[in-house]
Amino acid sequence: MSRDTALVSAEWAEKNLDAPGVVFVEVDEDTSAYDTGHIAGAIKLDWKTDLQDQVRRDFVNKAQFEALLSERGIGNDDVVVLYGGNNNWFAAYAYWYFKLYGHRDVKLLDGGRKKWELDARPLVKDAVTRPATQYVAQEPDTSIRAFRDEVVAAIGTKNLVDVRSPDEFAGRLLAPAHLPQEQAQRAGHIPTAISVPWSKAANEDGTFKSDDELRKIYADAGLDDGKETIAYCRIGERSSHSWFVLQELLGHPNVKNYDGSWTEYGSLVGVPVALGDEPGEA
Amino acid sequence: MTAPTAAGCAAPDQSAPLPASLDLEKETVITGQVLAESGDVVPGAYVRLLDSTGEFTAEVVTSPTGQFRFFAAPGNWTLRALSRHGNGDTAVTANRGINEVSVTVA
Repeated sequence: MSRDTALVSAEWAEKNLDAPGVVFVEVDEDTSAYDTGHIAGAIKLDWKTDLQDQVRRDFVNKAQFEALLSERGIGNDDVVVLYGGNNNWFAAYAYWYFKLYGHRDVKLLDGGRKKWELDARPLVKDAVTRPATQYVAQEPDTSIRAFRDEVVAAIGTKNLVDVRSPDEFAGRLLAPAHLPQEQAQRAGHIPTAISVPWSKAANEDGTFKSDDELRKIYADAGLDDGKETIAYCRIGERSSHSWFVLQELLGHPNVKNYDGSWTEYGSLVGVPVALGDEPGEA
Repeated sequence: MTAPTAAGCAAPDQSAPLPASLDLEKETVITGQVLAESGDVVPGAYVRLLDSTGEFTAEVVTSPTGQFRFFAAPGNWTLRALSRHGNGDTAVTANRGINEVSVTVA
């Protein structure tokens, strides 16, 4: 993968709003933003109610994903262009998810909703419905998804990349600072994880930095190109953004997103936790 | 997803009252409005909270009345607002409880 295949610009998007076979999808946790105005023709996916299982802590299974995309009118041959708020965090999560279930052509809109709004590009409130399809998903590709045992085993051996803010990494904050800080899990990070906040990969307007800048950020942080990599954050959406950078833009092989992330790891009994700004010892 | 510790990451409604369950003895709330040079409030501005090293910590979009709110920790922070009307920065030294501060964009 590369920037040319994984990313589209706002200019490209605006020119291709009516292009046949291109489906724009806004992904947010709170879809009230979509309801106040969205890109013309875009449908919405709700991260919490559409993409997460409503009982277990897991995302929807293959059959649920097929039913969701069929009902929303996304076909296997459609080019899916994802965008959203929060600097594309949830759109990147959905991108990872479409890849996990084997969608052939999926792209992220560079800068997401923020860049679109700051550029004063048009948003509409029209209801969007698409004819239903018969979507067929592939078996989940677990080569891009890490589970907790594999994360514990990776301490001191694989690249662990903590993409939360430095204060969350060090244990001074327990959640991103737009949320109340009282949380059940312990503060800190997985020992030996390097701190590369997701935000280092993005410009202020939410677009991704250049490939050269991105390569330098991870090299300076000490990412070992010869090792497999697992990225994590708090609930797996910011680390989808960094997974996208490493695997889809920079073409690193063997990058996994640990979607259990800190809400799972920081609640586990019997695992090591490091505090402070340094990675810590295995 | 119903895990009790995993409330999502979407920015909550910025104009909503503080939740009654919020413990202001423990929370450090940084809140205020984004204003244009004219003094008019700026809705839909992107406000970023930067830590003492300038690193991004969080971002919210201002409410229809230009309000934003963060839950941080005591210490030195910078608020940076981006909008179609321009950008602006304000430094803040926060303490526990509610810290009110406005950001002017130009």
